[in-house]
Amino acid sequence: MASNTPDVRIHVEESASYNSHTLAYIHQAAERGVYDIRGLGAKRHVPTFDDLVFLTASASRYPLEGYREKCVTKTLLGTRKAERPIELETPITIAGMSFGSISANVKEAIGRAATEIGTSTTTGDGGMTPEERQSSKTLVYQCLPSRYGFNPEDLLKADAIEIVLGQGAKPGGGGMLLGLKVSPRVAEMRTLPEGIDQRSACRHPDWTGPDDLAIKIGELREITDWKVPIYVKLGATRVKDDVKLAVKAGADVVVVDGMQGGTAATQQVFIEHTGIPTLPAVRLAVEALEEMNVVGQVQLIVSGGIRNGADVAKALALGADAVAIGQGVLMALGCNSSTWETDGKKVDATQGYEKLETRVGSCHHCQSGLCPVGITTQDEELEKRLDPAWGARRLNNYLQVLTMELTTLARACGKSNVHHLEREDLVALTVEAAAMAKLPLAGTDWIPGV
Amino acid sequence: MASVNQTVQLDLANQSVREVNQFLHQDFDDGNAHYIEILHPDGNHSIGVGLDADADIDIRGHAGYYVAGMNRQARVTIHGNVGWSVAENIMSGSVRVKGNASQCAAASGHGGLVVIEGDASSRCGISMKGVDIVVGGSVGHLSGFMAQAGRMVICGDADAGLGDSIYEAVIYVAGKIHGLGADARKEPMSAEDVAAVTELLEQAQLQHDPQKFKRIASARTLYHWNADVEQEY
Repeated sequence: MASNTPDVRIHVEESASYNSHTLAYIHQAAERGVYDIRGLGAKRHVPTFDDLVFLTASASRYPLEGYREKCVTKTLLGTRKAERPIELETPITIAGMSFGSISANVKEAIGRAATEIGTSTTTGDGGMTPEERQSSKTLVYQCLPSRYGFNPEDLLKADAIEIVLGQGAKPGGGGMLLGLKVSPRVAEMRTLPEGIDQRSACRHPDWTGPDDLAIKIGELREITDWKVPIYVKLGATRVKDDVKLAVKAGADVVVVDGMQGGTAATQQVFIEHTGIPTLPAVRLAVEALEEMNVVGQVQLIVSGGIRNGADVAKALALGADAVAIGQGVLMALGCNSSTWETDGKKVDATQGYEKLETRVGSCHHCQSGLCPVGITTQDEELEKRLDPAWGARRLNNYLQVLTMELTTLARACGKSNVHHLEREDLVALTVEAAAMAKLPLAGTDWIPGV
Repeated sequence: MASVNQTVQLDLANQSVREVNQFLHQDFDDGNAHYIEILHPDGNHSIGVGLDADADIDIRGHAGYYVAGMNRQARVTIHGNVGWSVAENIMSGSVRVKGNASQCAAASGHGGLVVIEGDASSRCGISMKGVDIVVGGSVGHLSGFMAQAGRMVICGDADAGLGDSIYEAVIYVAGKIHGLGADARKEPMSAEDVAAVTELLEQAQLQHDPQKFKRIASARTLYHWNADVEQEY
């Protein structure tokens, strides 16, 4: 007769602390003696904008007709001190991504799509390429700690300058570009030998601390004759203090990048274990601006895991003026797709993923330079897989969908301007999200911690 | 403002830095020689930044941060001491400090020549990308940190951490080195090195024996990730 009692001789329960994931990590660390480096952003679960919902109009609020009535999306950035603020057709901007991490074709595709949509693109570590300047109507020029390719000629071509203090994926850490991606062109732009594993500094070479930042901003204003706005980008850690210091230093725009933000390559331990999620980061940044009494003078751009129009709408409702997207842009261009396209025909890319010992949908090997769909690569053959015109069309579609979703939600909340979305339009679905965003838990008046 | 076709005197006692810089940003490319004198710098920051002018500029006194930052073409002389990051990101031309320089002199400089006749504080030549630097006195700690390209001549001593994580730049030191940074090493001086030091000293108009200099360059052990490289955590 069969027994229902488990066979205690075969104990198969997986340890919660030392599960298969942890075991694989330990075994790999022991075997290789080096830590994991990868691309993209945090993969762990954190409270996100998905944990918020809109209280759209009903009897107590008056909605706007979704297909007919105007809903303004125009966005002004850098109104505080610059002679020429940035005027965009949508509050959805493209985050900084370096030439080196992504190919020149991708830079061109992004520039074309952004120009068609009426938004801005941003350079990255490695300087400004002619392709992106030519294709981007509005281009933000990053001033990074490495200063790779940074020069006054390009500075004067920029429509805005973004001083990067940190990134959501690796706040407090520098970047890296492994040797496979340091092609002759990348090496020349960065003044480095070809093929070396390149390290980007984590601190700026010419200033330290918030008082110096004010002087640095002053220098850049003087060089550009006070014409263009100056952004300061922060990885989301001590958000309230950092935003206040950036404002005090004279920033026109503050960019706050939450922990879900992506990177081309950094240590896994950074990506998963540093910074705070975008959701509380927005709230803290807005509180800082309110306490400094600069709402409306200093604009806030939020980035880190912005994926769809709902995310954009929620960020705006919480007080952001605009968002910036990086990973979503790459995915619109085919990141983690099973195919790439040439002459209208789809070509299977799965073998490329297998070579990287990963699979479609899970790839984060941007650091390798062997991107199967030709996005995060400097390999001459691989980069041909991304046709700039095709990529621009896809990205244009994606950005349009996001903007339409944004206006759909804004109209449903009775707003004729997406910038009129407000905190009162939102509630939280979880206690964690309610506490982080300081919004009431749905169906209650309860805001944890208030 | 006076015309740029004549010797110009700008006085920061009466004009703002912004006004002075906007004047200096005019198009000087008219084939004439230009000489500009800036009086009463009084420690102001960002004097003469973003210049792209075939001009000789004398700053009469002490200047603050970023004097002659991102310079192109212009030949700037500061008759005094300077604050942080003099000639940061210089592309071409020359910047001469008659006194001492604070931290990060010529940081991330791409080209041109920077001469500090006195001492330079820490991180002199940090992230340098092709600039030539000559320091008449000594330099502070971590000078030449992550220096990518270019040459730095130090006529005095160098504090600890010299050339830490250096790439392809070369550092020449006449005096005592109080410790090298990671991946920096002393190498033999070749005839080319002596010639390079001789040339740079001549350009800097400084008198020292080129034979007394030591060459510091990258051991290139950090160029590729390697778990076995001896490193400090």
